[in-house]
Amino acid sequence: MGEIKDVYPIMRSYERKVVCDMNFAVLVFPGSNCDIDCYKAVEQTLQQPVDYVFHTATDLSKYDAIIIPGGFSYGDYLRSGAIARFAPVMNEVQKAAAEGRYVIGICNGFQILLESGLLPGAMRRNESLKFRCHQTKLRVENNETPFTHEYAKGEVIDIPIAHGEGNYYCDEETLAKLRANGQIVFRYEGVNPNGSVDDIAGICNEQGNVVGMMPHPERAVDQLLGSEDGKRMFTSILNAWREKHDAASVR
Amino acid sequence: MTQQVSAKEPTVEQIAEQKIYKQMGVTDEEYGLICGFLGRKPNYTEIGVFSVMWSEHCSYKNSKPVLRRFPTKGPRVLVGPGEGAGVVDIGDNQAVCFKIESHNHPSAIEPYQGAATGVGGIIRDIFSMGARPIALLNSLRFGKLQNERVKYLFEHVVSGIAGYGNCIGIPTVGGEVMFDESYEGNPLVNAMCVGLIEHDMIQQGVAQGVGNPVFYVGPATGRDGIHGATFASEELTEESEAKRPAVQVGDPFMEKLVMEACLELIESGIVIGIQDMGAAGLTCSSAEMASKAGNGMELNLDAVPQREEGMTAYEMMLSESQERMLFVVEPDKEEQAKAIFERWGLHCANVGRVTDDGRLRLIKDGEVVGDMPVRALVDECPVYNKPSRVPEYYVANGSIDTTRYAEVKDVQEALLKLLASPTIASKEWVYNQYDYMVRTSTAVWPGSDAAVVTVPGTRKAVAMTTDCNGRYVYLDPEVGGKIALAEAARNVVCSGGEPLAITDNLNFGSPEKPEVFWQLEKAVDGITEACEKFATPVIGGNVSLYNENAKGAIYPTPVIGMVGLVHDVDHITTQGFKAEGDVVFLLGETKAELGGSEFQHVIHGVTEGRPPMIDLDVEKRLQDAVLAAIQGGLVASAHDLSDGGLAVALAESCISGGIGADVEISSELRTDFALFSESQSRVLLSASAGEADALEQAIREAGVPVARIGTVGGSELSVKVNGQQVVNTTIEQMAQVWKDAIPCLMG
Repeated sequence: MGEIKDVYPIMRSYERKVVCDMNFAVLVFPGSNCDIDCYKAVEQTLQQPVDYVFHTATDLSKYDAIIIPGGFSYGDYLRSGAIARFAPVMNEVQKAAAEGRYVIGICNGFQILLESGLLPGAMRRNESLKFRCHQTKLRVENNETPFTHEYAKGEVIDIPIAHGEGNYYCDEETLAKLRANGQIVFRYEGVNPNGSVDDIAGICNEQGNVVGMMPHPERAVDQLLGSEDGKRMFTSILNAWREKHDAASVR
Repeated sequence: MTQQVSAKEPTVEQIAEQKIYKQMGVTDEEYGLICGFLGRKPNYTEIGVFSVMWSEHCSYKNSKPVLRRFPTKGPRVLVGPGEGAGVVDIGDNQAVCFKIESHNHPSAIEPYQGAATGVGGIIRDIFSMGARPIALLNSLRFGKLQNERVKYLFEHVVSGIAGYGNCIGIPTVGGEVMFDESYEGNPLVNAMCVGLIEHDMIQQGVAQGVGNPVFYVGPATGRDGIHGATFASEELTEESEAKRPAVQVGDPFMEKLVMEACLELIESGIVIGIQDMGAAGLTCSSAEMASKAGNGMELNLDAVPQREEGMTAYEMMLSESQERMLFVVEPDKEEQAKAIFERWGLHCANVGRVTDDGRLRLIKDGEVVGDMPVRALVDECPVYNKPSRVPEYYVANGSIDTTRYAEVKDVQEALLKLLASPTIASKEWVYNQYDYMVRTSTAVWPGSDAAVVTVPGTRKAVAMTTDCNGRYVYLDPEVGGKIALAEAARNVVCSGGEPLAITDNLNFGSPEKPEVFWQLEKAVDGITEACEKFATPVIGGNVSLYNENAKGAIYPTPVIGMVGLVHDVDHITTQGFKAEGDVVFLLGETKAELGGSEFQHVIHGVTEGRPPMIDLDVEKRLQDAVLAAIQGGLVASAHDLSDGGLAVALAESCISGGIGADVEISSELRTDFALFSESQSRVLLSASAGEADALEQAIREAGVPVARIGTVGGSELSVKVNGQQVVNTTIEQMAQVWKDAIPCLMG
């Protein structure tokens, strides 16, 4: 029988049974609303320890991967992600990124990563000037990142979008760099739903340990809900980490 | 008591002499009653408080005698009408909590904020019960979409709903949108919210425990929405535009914080009573909470957080500023409550205490500025038994033969026209603006018969829908009321759910008109009979009267919001055809019933005659048979027949499934009637070739007429009637017409 209440447990801690547990943090800003979905996705697909971590936290040192979820942090007032970047926890995210730990920003999380300069470029309103929510097809452009190595290069996957400001923009010079370094991780296949430059759906930093994407892989981990193509993003992260830590691989 | 009067406010004597209460919708007779309850004449604050509490919106004074007819009890009902929202058991100590509410008048004046705050209000009703909101639905009516003002209203209502629901992170999973001249100038915007709750977490809005402190949480009170409840209880006129300030402004971000904090507070177990400040704001929440506990309440208005300077008691009590909650805890739990709110960046203010004298006492600047008996406010509003009269149009329609129209020879062209009619056309333009997937539980997305949301950690799911065909209700309120309920149940059943209970939103014209009151009575009678038949009690709802435009009352539109239980996610069924070779069945009987149909409206340009008839026994038998077949694993797809009849249902199943069908029917009816009649109690099913015989047999044994009418496959829809080919078109062509219709009109 299931628990309905998902009132955020404060820093819920798991008993550490296995030595090689990978620790996930799902950040919670005021107005985050995909935090529960990210938490569930990690719990269900990876069975790894995961905590909700509030925007006020000042220590993320125990986490191997940090998920910045979608939603409307601080109401998206001013500009998406513009206020969240000043939250205390973002200093820790900067630190984690510099140390090579994994950071993934989804939707509003991507916008926050852009605003905090962890990824290059900026986000504009969708070309249609309307919020759009539907299934989209993504092409995996770079499968050599810790987030995508379980996909084939060029593979087309079903991952939904839900955003009003997903029209990614960067100048020519940055775009050339993104292309040259293989930093374009996902492109929209077929219809571009928001008008983004070069059909970009997701990018990573030069080191490849920070990724930001508009589509929601955490919404694609169960066929009953439309697709399970997002599962491999989560398993990729875990297996990349395990490999790095010389631990046994999971299937 | 002191009569503290602001310089601008009328005095007690002026109110009486100049009959200022009349501007607030209070009649001479009601004013006399109020004086009697007070033992003196009311001051400006008091008459304001009485006027909103005694408005139709808060008191149901005109509709109460009719609403009493609804069945409200059932073995699964945990909370019925009277609380913020009703609650229904779904087993395993779990329950669903849901309610629908209208925001018609605000949306007519200021569509974005009107619709947005409608959504915000209904969400508060759900979480103040202690339930976690899991889904939103809506039911919308607009005038003809070719009209520029209608386009403006439609665009902004949709974006207001999207703006609020998307930001707060509750998926908008379903609903309905219909267009008809009747709603021009007075659109209907009904929002429904569904929540999940464990039985022992159900809250009540009671101010119990004399001496307990009363807290206010949420944004500061401003001058917005003053007299919103009164505004909602009168007809829209040219002057309504001037009442734009009576429309509140929503802040979904704030509500998200208030919601999380309140759910955490409730979870902590320290709440004695909690209620949202909806219509009539502080007035209604304080009076109702005191009333339910049989207590009184003293409010210290100086402690109420204020957004603007120099607010009067009258303004504070009548403001409908959004996202505010009132709650009562024991004195020693105050710090614990404060800590929870602070974690969410919110402050709660101690604004009063529970008293034992049964009075609502208002204190400002240390003086009593209002002192009224709670009972008089909440329970003593006079109830009116309005006169009722059979309308002339109804009598006249009785003699109209709806089969007199010349036969439409090009059935395919008619089908494409119907698919392009905004009422039938794809609503993708609408629902793609809603985040319908957040919370990752939406198993059936918008665009099928009912939306289905899974219950985390279980095999269960909840099916939900909103339904009403206002044309049917207009043509025959009693039959239309029955059909509204039957169709909602049919949608739930076709999705694999067992209908549990309903919430209703009665949108009607002015009850002062005997013909409108007759419509209300008859529709309620029809719904009542159907509720009893389907064992789906009414667990709460909303009444919106005075929906009128220059041409008169809108079509009577009693929207049914129904929730059903899918016992196992394996039963979840959608309308799209599934696989090559599946067999298509038509269940039910088709008669020449065109009254109120989309075909009659689009092709012949009229809405007249009598609507399709409905036999509730036949309908119940059909639904039981369909649900049993789905639960038995015999069904691949299920789609109820409604607007546009069999032809449109076939087209929709093809488009949704992305696969064609080859259909052949034999009928004694004229071809256009056979394909476009909207006879009730019909469902389109498909089954794999292996299950087809078993399905047919099961349906037949249940005593339901069933015909094997074709096979799924290919990329075309081909329909032959009595051997003659009448439709032969590609899915692509149908899909294009169907999907482009609304985007094209909206530019």
